[in-house]
Amino acid sequence: MFLLEGVSKCFGAAQALHPLNLGLPKGATTVLIGPSGCGKSTLLRLLNGLLRPDTGRVLFDGKPLPEDEDALLAVRRRVGYALQGGGLFPHLTGARNVTLMARHLRWPEARIRERLGRLMDLTRLPAEALERLPGELSGGQRQRVALMRALMLDPDVLLLDEPLGALDPLVRHDLQTDLRGIFERLGKTVVLVTHDLAEAAYLGDGIVLMRDGQVVQQGTLDDLEARPAEPFVTRFIQAQRPLPLRRSG
Amino acid sequence: MRALPLVLLLVLGAACESADGAGPEVRVGSKKFTESVILGELVTQVAKDAGARASHRRELGGTTVLWEALRRGELDVYPEYTGTLRQELLVGRALPDDAALRKALEDEGLRMSASLGFNNTYALGMKEAEAERLGIRRISDLKSHPELRVGFSNEFMQRGDGWPALRDAYGLPQRDVRGLDHDLAYRGLESGAIQLTDLYSTDAEIAAYGLRVLEDDRHHFPAYDAVLLYRADLETRAPRAVSALRRLEGSLTEAQMVKLNARARLEHVPEAQVASDFLQASLGLTTEVRTDGRASRVWQRTREHLFLVGLSLVAAIALAIPLGVVAARRPRLGQGVLGLSSVIQTVPSLALLVFMIPLLGIGSKPAIAALFLYSLLPIVRNTAAGLQGIPWEVRESAEALGLPSGARLWRIELPMAAASILAGIQTAAVINVGTATLGALVGAGGYGQPILTGIRLDDVGLILEGAVPAAVLALLVSGLFEAVARVLVPRGLRG
Repeated sequence: MFLLEGVSKCFGAAQALHPLNLGLPKGATTVLIGPSGCGKSTLLRLLNGLLRPDTGRVLFDGKPLPEDEDALLAVRRRVGYALQGGGLFPHLTGARNVTLMARHLRWPEARIRERLGRLMDLTRLPAEALERLPGELSGGQRQRVALMRALMLDPDVLLLDEPLGALDPLVRHDLQTDLRGIFERLGKTVVLVTHDLAEAAYLGDGIVLMRDGQVVQQGTLDDLEARPAEPFVTRFIQAQRPLPLRRSG
Repeated sequence: MRALPLVLLLVLGAACESADGAGPEVRVGSKKFTESVILGELVTQVAKDAGARASHRRELGGTTVLWEALRRGELDVYPEYTGTLRQELLVGRALPDDAALRKALEDEGLRMSASLGFNNTYALGMKEAEAERLGIRRISDLKSHPELRVGFSNEFMQRGDGWPALRDAYGLPQRDVRGLDHDLAYRGLESGAIQLTDLYSTDAEIAAYGLRVLEDDRHHFPAYDAVLLYRADLETRAPRAVSALRRLEGSLTEAQMVKLNARARLEHVPEAQVASDFLQASLGLTTEVRTDGRASRVWQRTREHLFLVGLSLVAAIALAIPLGVVAARRPRLGQGVLGLSSVIQTVPSLALLVFMIPLLGIGSKPAIAALFLYSLLPIVRNTAAGLQGIPWEVRESAEALGLPSGARLWRIELPMAAASILAGIQTAAVINVGTATLGALVGAGGYGQPILTGIRLDDVGLILEGAVPAAVLALLVSGLFEAVARVLVPRGLRG
């Protein structure tokens, strides 16, 4: 779905991404993972044109991302996006947040209502929560609203930047389960950024492990475990601390 | 929100003030001291009597303001002094006599009447009884009284054409000469601490303290003959009014002018009434003096004030919010915009008003322009700050949704910055209400007018008549914007 050719990005003097080539398959969930500052969020923002690469180009569905602002807006409407904390508009109710873009595109009211209903079922968000302002919602509910907003226009692709980052473990667990169900039901191309390997393994079909602005290895978790490209891969996998075994008494 | 139509109505109401009657228009100006205002009233009433539609812009702030307004054709006539013309307005030209002065004025498209009859110049004065006792009538009589106790105003002691020059010109022998404050000089005369002081020859105090003005028999002091200065085209536009005005030539002696000044300044008789009584007594003209009650005066000032504040603020909002958006989106350009509006803010209000006069003349236009410029900074800065304060993840979400730039601004960014923008407008409006009082100096009216008159007449009641409504208006405006904020700022953004 996405093809990156020789893409690099600098912020001032800092090289956020070294020139890299990467393909992200259609209809599958790819997880970008790596330590903080490895460039995974930068990479995600290159996919919907929030950032422009310094070198190389990004192909979406076989075509380079357009330079032209209007054409880029059209692409973004095919690419849902949600980030940590939700990024909800604080002055609009949940429902208004979700339907803002559809209303801007002048969808008929019936179509908006029908789509909103489907998304409420999908994300298991109660109707009354949608009538509240973001400031009145829990963290998990905000994340669900953000997900609904990303899915409102029924995009081909879903980009998620640490969507579960700031949630407590129980809420996070629930949402992980729901997200997996949603990904399976929708069969969309999903690119998800996380730093949690367990989450990556649970949600992702494929994993892209990054470090210092470079892709270290791309494959399934099994690939990474069985055939690490370099010792860092093994170190990263082993750094996920297993639960201590209960002492038998 | 509901108050907005009301404000607009007031503004519009003030804008279309009706000019009654037919006849040629004659616009009279006067300076911000009592004698000038009385003369302006005389001219206005005489012109009205001659069938003209005469209006009086009283108490304009300074000679240059009137001179420029006359040359630009925003005034038709105002009282001036030949000394001021020579020493200030046409300074540096050789104008030995009134004929030369007339010629120089003609080149500017202006005409000068003959003297109104009095000369308001520097003079020396003594208590009438004391002068009589010592037999002093003329300045040269002072030579035979070297023992006189003399107190001059500090300014007169220091001026080149003041005491040193006077002493040399007349060969005066007095040694006991002190510098003191002008107001103290009158009290000094009264108590006998001093016997001789300097004054202006038509000061109201001359009558009040019973002073004798000594004749300047060697013509040391420059002549400040009172004249009317008017535009040459007035003679063709309003010939009847001009010939009526010329009836004022030679009609006022110094003693008479002193009496008129004293009635207005010391007895607090309105200038219009003073002028009317004089015209009745000396020219046999019966003129109508309309005296408004306090309520109708305040209402009139309120309309003028709201007009100044309302129009300048609406214009400032219309420009400053877009500028603030630009400043927020293009930080480099924003620095320039903010810098420029800060520079404007540092220009003293009086100076800004005077700068505006060559461009916009007198009246409400220069005042509105100056207020408009002053209102820009708070609104631009708060708009930019409000927009820059939007969290990055919200801005990024709006962008990632595929909303076009205009829709992002309108649906997301401006609503989120609304509280800050409104606070900026509120600041601008309150400052505006205060600064607009200076508009009276350029003939814009408003609450500044009674304040100006009150300061001139040393009348606290009149000062309060302007200051209290101005303070109340500032509070009301502030409250209005808080109410507007309660309606406009989205619930999710209130702290």
